[in-house]
Amino acid sequence: MSFSVTEPSKRSKWFAGTMVVIYALVTMLPLVWIMMTGFKSPSDAISYPPKVVFEPTLEGYVNLFTTRTRQTDEFLAANPPETWYEEIVRQYDMVIAGPSKFGERFLNSVIIGFGSTFLSIFLGTLAAYAFSRFKIPLADDLLFFILSTRMMPPIAVAIPIFLMYRQLGLSDTHLGMILLYTGVNISLAVWLLKGFIDEIPLEYEEAALIDGYTRFQAFYKVVLPQAATGIASTAIFCLIFAWNEYAFAVLLTSGTAQTAPPFIPTIIGVGGLDWPAVAAGATIFLLPVMIFTILLRKHLLRGITFGAVRK
Amino acid sequence: MSDTPATIAANATPPRMARKIKGLSDRAIAWIFVGPTIFLLLAINIFPLIWTIRLSFTNFKANRINREPEWVGLRNYERILTDTDIWLNMQATAHFLFWTIFFQVLIGFTLAYLINKKFKGNDLWTTIIVLPMMLSPAVVGNFWKFLYQPQIGLFNYIIAFFTGKDPSSFEMLGSVNLAPWSIVIVDTWMWTPFVMLICLAGLRSIPDYIYEAAEVDRASKLRQFFTITIPMVLPFLMLAVLFRGIENFKMFDLVVQLTGGGPGSTTELTSINLKREAFEKWRTGYASAYAIILFVTVFGLASIYVKALNKVKER
Repeated sequence: MSFSVTEPSKRSKWFAGTMVVIYALVTMLPLVWIMMTGFKSPSDAISYPPKVVFEPTLEGYVNLFTTRTRQTDEFLAANPPETWYEEIVRQYDMVIAGPSKFGERFLNSVIIGFGSTFLSIFLGTLAAYAFSRFKIPLADDLLFFILSTRMMPPIAVAIPIFLMYRQLGLSDTHLGMILLYTGVNISLAVWLLKGFIDEIPLEYEEAALIDGYTRFQAFYKVVLPQAATGIASTAIFCLIFAWNEYAFAVLLTSGTAQTAPPFIPTIIGVGGLDWPAVAAGATIFLLPVMIFTILLRKHLLRGITFGAVRK
Repeated sequence: MSDTPATIAANATPPRMARKIKGLSDRAIAWIFVGPTIFLLLAINIFPLIWTIRLSFTNFKANRINREPEWVGLRNYERILTDTDIWLNMQATAHFLFWTIFFQVLIGFTLAYLINKKFKGNDLWTTIIVLPMMLSPAVVGNFWKFLYQPQIGLFNYIIAFFTGKDPSSFEMLGSVNLAPWSIVIVDTWMWTPFVMLICLAGLRSIPDYIYEAAEVDRASKLRQFFTITIPMVLPFLMLAVLFRGIENFKMFDLVVQLTGGGPGSTTELTSINLKREAFEKWRTGYASAYAIILFVTVFGLASIYVKALNKVKER
């Protein structure tokens, strides 16, 4: 190993490693705890001192996805439980009345999340390409204007959007939310994508143009494949934003198009919040983002710092 | 191929505008590509903003659309700026901003400094540390509420375990003194990684030869830290502060879920207060003026700050 004055000593590496691991474990604790709570029975979830060892049950998940009603003893005796989830509910003399709204809300999150991500990437890539390759009058001003739209507090624009959507019939619709999230996301998409497209050498396209391709063909046959990884990581950012958004969702939707974040905290059980069901909902909701982050960590970490440093 | 919209449009383009290559002129493509984005931004961001400004001079109520709104001039602004309650909300927001940024910079920079030591497996641990900032603030606020429960919460249990206090003797969310801190703790947990990542980018941008030169000059490690590391990372750090400042000024979802602005109005940050005026009391005109005041405040502070930042960068 070559000697370098900037290479940290073994001891300082060991110290740094220990400190970071301790911090990471403390950071993980709330997340691990919430995931554990999803598998607890309601009485285990609220026992004191908090239970680390417990008998896991899927009660929280069953409660999350179903609505239940109490039944008479005669009814329960006459209709024996047929499924494992029916059996879980029976311990409280209840039967499953139907599905809860969680599935619907989760589906809304998926539709709105992916819809707005697709639209942001589609429009963002076109705009980023144009900003990167063509001389656009006032390009710098336009780019700054695009960025500045991110400084606005959501509630400041929520009032007129609320009024505007009511006029246009877009309130509480998927399309309305998709357009709204696209409007919020597109500034980030354009900025990140412009950076990626700037890095693709111009020569590739020029070669294609000389070969008789049109601009359009050069764009989608040469530039797009080259920018694929950049587009993918930008898409993840847009998806994470749309997935996590709460303020607009709670102010502008009430039923049909409401996403999961406003819904999860409202899962009521017997006597207050049904914590295992809330924890189960949070787990299902957080898991996709956590998996994305772990799988795509290199791109994501680069994207965050790159996006921030560029501005 | 001959009947695609592109070729039809290209044939309609006057020859002097079209380049010699096939298809649309570059200028036409540029506008076709940029146009929809600009249109969407105007529709979703700029138009509503202008509408908010207009509403802010009226006494419009969004739950009574049939009533003709009256033009009230600057009265909404006057009322907001002289309202002592709103000044209290501003103060709460300022406290929240100060402490979250203080802790996030302190812990974030320290972590970045440690991770930069390139110990084994730092990639994995960095990813774990970064997780909270990827999650939904509303859902995060909701489950921290569970951790903060005085009778059953893990947080209270751990604090009680280490301090020997009775866990139900302190209510993180229910006590006037502790509630603001409960928000600071969660926000710090969630957003320290962001500051850390930016600092890490800053630390990695310092070329090794500067340290080598300092070593040749026999500058002590401490001295190197204060004359090389800190000044070189400072612009990055200031940028992180700017982003966290803007984001936390708008903070809404986390606080709504954690405390809902209570107890009393101790954690009623300006955005929560604004939501109440606009969507609970339906004082739309008044809330619009409030929103504009907040927006101008952020913009003003941010632009002063960016000037300072540019000065630091020039050095």
